[in-house]
Amino acid sequence: MYEGSRGSVLEDVPTAVAVKKRRSSPQLVWVIPIVAALIGGWLAVKTILEKGPTITITFKTAEGLEAGKTKVKYKNVDVGEVKAIKLSKDRQGVVVIVELVKEAEPYLVGDTRFWVVRPRIAGGQVSGLGTLFSGSYIGVDLGKSGNKLRDFVGLEIPPIVTGDVPGRQFMLHADTLGSLQIGSPVYFRQEAVGSVTAHEVNKDGQGVTFMIFINAPYDQYVNADTRFWNASGIDVTLDATGVKVDTQSIVSILIGGIAFETLVGSVRQPPAEENHEFLLANDRAAAMKHQDTVAVPFQFHFSQSIRGLSIGAPVEFRGIVVGEVKSIDIELTEAHNEFRFPVGVVLYPGRLLAMLKSATSEFRMDEEGRRIRWDAMVTKGLRGQLRTSNLLTGQLYVALDTFRDVPEAKMDWTATPPIIPTVAGGLEEFQSTLTSIAKKIERMPLEQIGGDLHQALQSFNRTLVSTEQAVKRLDKDLAPTAKSTLDDARRMLNTVDRTLASDAPLQQDLRTSLRELSRAAESFRELTDLLERQPESLIRGKKESKR
Amino acid sequence: MSDSDVTASQLGLCVCHGCGGLSRLAGEGHDMCCRRCGTALHLRKPNSVARTWAFLIAAYILYVPANVLPMMRTGSLFGAQSDTIMSGVAYLWHSGSWHLALVVFIASILIPLTKMFSLTFLLISVQRGWTERALERTKLYRVLDFVGPWSMLDVYVVTILVALVQLKTLATIQPGPAAAAFGAVVVLTMFATMALDPRLLWEPKENHHV
Repeated sequence: MYEGSRGSVLEDVPTAVAVKKRRSSPQLVWVIPIVAALIGGWLAVKTILEKGPTITITFKTAEGLEAGKTKVKYKNVDVGEVKAIKLSKDRQGVVVIVELVKEAEPYLVGDTRFWVVRPRIAGGQVSGLGTLFSGSYIGVDLGKSGNKLRDFVGLEIPPIVTGDVPGRQFMLHADTLGSLQIGSPVYFRQEAVGSVTAHEVNKDGQGVTFMIFINAPYDQYVNADTRFWNASGIDVTLDATGVKVDTQSIVSILIGGIAFETLVGSVRQPPAEENHEFLLANDRAAAMKHQDTVAVPFQFHFSQSIRGLSIGAPVEFRGIVVGEVKSIDIELTEAHNEFRFPVGVVLYPGRLLAMLKSATSEFRMDEEGRRIRWDAMVTKGLRGQLRTSNLLTGQLYVALDTFRDVPEAKMDWTATPPIIPTVAGGLEEFQSTLTSIAKKIERMPLEQIGGDLHQALQSFNRTLVSTEQAVKRLDKDLAPTAKSTLDDARRMLNTVDRTLASDAPLQQDLRTSLRELSRAAESFRELTDLLERQPESLIRGKKESKR
Repeated sequence: MSDSDVTASQLGLCVCHGCGGLSRLAGEGHDMCCRRCGTALHLRKPNSVARTWAFLIAAYILYVPANVLPMMRTGSLFGAQSDTIMSGVAYLWHSGSWHLALVVFIASILIPLTKMFSLTFLLISVQRGWTERALERTKLYRVLDFVGPWSMLDVYVVTILVALVQLKTLATIQPGPAAAAFGAVVVLTMFATMALDPRLLWEPKENHHV
């Protein structure tokens, strides 16, 4: 119908050339959506396969946590992300829903722990400073136990020791917490080798139990003979041995600490098992004390003052501590109507036994043998005595010693506990002697003596005065007379001198006389000789010589 | 279509894409060449509807990972973060830059979706052979053709950031898998738009020359 109007032009249009052409399959274009589907499917499968487990963690507060932002990190590697945060049903905390990576699946077990890493300054350590800028994240410590878990309760404070640190955990029992806290260091030879990981009051309310972790390789030094003590702060002890100040380090002064040491000679023992239980002593001395298994109670009855004796004071046998004071009492004996002080002690026979070189077969460990031994010792003079250990502080201790020249006494086995006889204490004795001396001094008529002395001195003074007068008189009256006398004496001596001179006639005469005298003596000797030989010549006359 | 409108196919004529010369088609009009330059002649784009469908379906498929997977991974000194398109929009909105959020939302979510839905609508209309409102539908097609490249905005942003922010330890930005998927969606929709022959919008079904 249009051909009429425009036919002139259109009729000239040449006909197209027909070609035999291979028809391309229209289906080829469908490769594109198939490829797209494959890619999409692969992405979807990959996402599903990589999708890790979703868990819930309950915290007290969601401070610093943000859904879709907060990461879960293990060793600072992202292992998950917080997906949602909601309040717990009881509104006591928050439930954080976390999606973890697939690799974390095997580690979602009972002892896996989660905590929020925030900037924290506590217990001598600063942690999580990086989170000041990057925001908090959830830390995780992978557990090892077998039971699978999906709902966790997060820790409020980061654990001190994570599962990947080599070492061992031990339990300590103590009476009180002291100044220890979680994170307090554990010292071995003053080197920090571990820390307190937990502490709680025992279920029965009697004492506190600590969990401590000791890093490898120091954990091998812990064996059954290892002693732990509280090394917190400055330990100032005032006891019978004097004042002691003990400390480990500045850090332990601030935040407390525990120290341990293994008894000398037991180093070769096998290391203690994991979670082995130990006692935590209050100080090193108490910890290193011989741990006595047998404690036998005894009592002493003292009659003098026990001021200075405290519970816990040692009982010493010639300087070796063999027991300690457990109780101090006072009682009035009706018989004598006087006070006495029963002091209850425990003795550790194990210590004495340890001193015994070798237990012979006769050594009887039973009750009767013990009694016989005690009786024998008391007979030999074994007594208890209160002694002053420290003159400065006046601390007393009970000495057990053998005394000579003491009144006889016996063990009182009827009392419970048995009574060991006592003697008055050394210082006490000295004191009483001093007292009696003082009393004697007191009794002396000191005033009268003073008065007498005064009188004596006065008369002495008078004597001195009269003596002086006498001397003066002598000086005046006697001196001239004496002078003339002396002159006379000199004259007389001069005369004597002249008389006795060698050439004086008196001398000549004397010499001659003496010569005559000696001759006379000679004759006399001859006469006596003759008389001796011939006594008859006195009567008959001198016999003529027969020769 | 008014009666005075006439198309080349109705006259049995076909214009050559190569040289512009008119040829008369003989018989069914298949497998013909231009007499002058030898270019293959066809009245309409061959397999237009099927090709468009193929591209469109591929775009639909890839649109899912493009939105679900992270678009961009930001690593900084204090942690890493990956954002999908939607979380980026949400972040911008919450941080107060609502106008930026609006731009990103329109460019990255609204336009691709509109484009894909519109193309679907046009394809269905062609397949059903609707002839009503052909003018409006053609206008829609023109808008689609024009707006196509602009939805690459998100991909541009990621590309520029990845190139600029490479401070190693301080901060790095890496493209996520969604960036590739999203780029593919945009390109596929553009191909789909190109594959659709707008002339088909004017013709009833029986007249389709495939």
